[in-house]
Amino acid sequence: MRKTLLYSALILLSALFIAPFYWTFMTAIKSTVDLYQFPPVFWPSEWHWENFAAAWNKQPFGTYLTNSVIVVVFSTIGQLISSSLVAYGFARFRFPGRDPLFIVLLATMMIPWDVKMIPLYMEFNMLGWINTLKPLIVPAYFADAFFVFLLRQYIMTVPMEIDEAARMDGANAFDIYWRIHLPLMMPALVLVGTFHFMNAWNDYLGPLIFLNDQSKYTLTLGLSMFKGLHEVDVTSIAAITVILCLPPLALFFVAQRYIMDGAVGSSVKG
Amino acid sequence: MDMTYTGAEPKVARRKRSAIARYAAPYLFISPWILGFLFFTLGPLVFSLTMSFYDWPVVGERAFVGLDNYKSMLFDDPQFWESLWITVKFAAIYVPFNIVMSFLLAMMLHNITFASGFFRTAFYLPSVISGVALVTIWSWIYSKEYGLLNFMLSLVGIHGPNWLGDPNLAIVAIIIASLWGLGGTMLILLTGLKAIPKELYEAATVSGVPGWAQMLFITLPMLGPMLLFTFITSIISAFQQLTIALLLTKGGPLGSTYFFAMYIYDNAFKYFDMGYAAAGSWVMFIIVLALSLGVMRWSAAWVYYEGEVRQNDGEGHA
Repeated sequence: MRKTLLYSALILLSALFIAPFYWTFMTAIKSTVDLYQFPPVFWPSEWHWENFAAAWNKQPFGTYLTNSVIVVVFSTIGQLISSSLVAYGFARFRFPGRDPLFIVLLATMMIPWDVKMIPLYMEFNMLGWINTLKPLIVPAYFADAFFVFLLRQYIMTVPMEIDEAARMDGANAFDIYWRIHLPLMMPALVLVGTFHFMNAWNDYLGPLIFLNDQSKYTLTLGLSMFKGLHEVDVTSIAAITVILCLPPLALFFVAQRYIMDGAVGSSVKG
Repeated sequence: MDMTYTGAEPKVARRKRSAIARYAAPYLFISPWILGFLFFTLGPLVFSLTMSFYDWPVVGERAFVGLDNYKSMLFDDPQFWESLWITVKFAAIYVPFNIVMSFLLAMMLHNITFASGFFRTAFYLPSVISGVALVTIWSWIYSKEYGLLNFMLSLVGIHGPNWLGDPNLAIVAIIIASLWGLGGTMLILLTGLKAIPKELYEAATVSGVPGWAQMLFITLPMLGPMLLFTFITSIISAFQQLTIALLLTKGGPLGSTYFFAMYIYDNAFKYFDMGYAAAGSWVMFIIVLALSLGVMRWSAAWVYYEGEVRQNDGEGHA
């Protein structure tokens, strides 16, 4: 009886969470006639797959896609390399200033983005980076506090004896990082890569502030432009929304084991 | 950094080189973060603090004005207070709802075995696509005439309102859209629940402790650190709320969803008054910092740290 009640509640609630996705998808493939029916059509009479291509061609989405892919790929690479190096440094060495530096690192997570937004804009402006993809890529090569913390927790679960044995065999610190910890960290790296990918792919404010030429736009900016330009073009907006959702969803299904299991928990200790 | 050696090298030089390498190695490893911190965090922080004392237009003369930006913001700018009030209202509703609903969902998921993966995924899915796509989806769920929400309401005989056009409802709409992304918080609490030793409940059950008391004296205290973490991150994200409002309502109607972050954004990138905007961002920083520290101090009363967690923590930093 209790279980039945619990499952009924869960089914109802999960429907609430999924319904908007369903609605978006159906909106994307509806005919114009179905679109403005009231009561709304939950199962379209005709499926218009060509809506996707039509929406895609209304703006230079090919260019936007290229830009998004460049940003996401290069920033993810940078994030993985830099965060894992820094995490290893904090996890495996004793050195003067380590603990205060680590506290500073944790503290940076509390600084609102708004505080840095304006000076970063001016900094990138001075460097001549405004209206290029660099502001969206380069900072990722300098490690993110949250990811460092997460990877450090991971490294600390590896027994120190393994490092020592490798050192006996003549491995230097970089070898130990590269050949022992990097492979062992793989699940956590998948998690970091996935999270960073999703942040970069979904980012709206960064592109909005740092890019102003349409040829440099990312997909998120393209979609938001749609809203301004074609307020009534619901089908196209829905179609692009569906396309925009696909890569993160695909990645999520591949990486969900890492997302759902331990890793999230290990990131919040303390 | 290379600490291997060639046999030909004299012993003393070798020892010296490896000593330097050993000393420098950790700093080399963490150097990406140190550089990033200097260029993308500390530098901007100092810069924005400096800017906040200047009349700093994007083009043209800059002039040192001392505390004038702060003064006129606090005393002559009704928009500052309005946007701050909207943000506080938003946070006051969003933060408790986010945590309580995430907790309830996590509890429900913790108590089932069949299809738990499916339900977990269903609740987490919206977090995966946050941002523009999320807002876009909500913008026509809320549509007055064709929206899904008003259709649902019409089924139970309610004539749906104009969600995004009504100053009283627009903020509710933004809160609901934000709460749709509670999957991350829920996951954190769920992993926290899974980490609580089963023996505690078994012992309590054997001693005849009723379920509600187990919840009050085992579950909640053991979940303390996780609850604290989600509490603070929720506050921070509530105060930084910008994307949803910017795309869903553009601050309207009648400025009813003009959040504090949007006020800063407009001052900087619409009115190009960088100094004034920087002052606003520091006010936000101070508020968020004060709230976080307040919550942390208050949490000392209710957060119980497991020995294991303490140890783990103490290893890395004091």
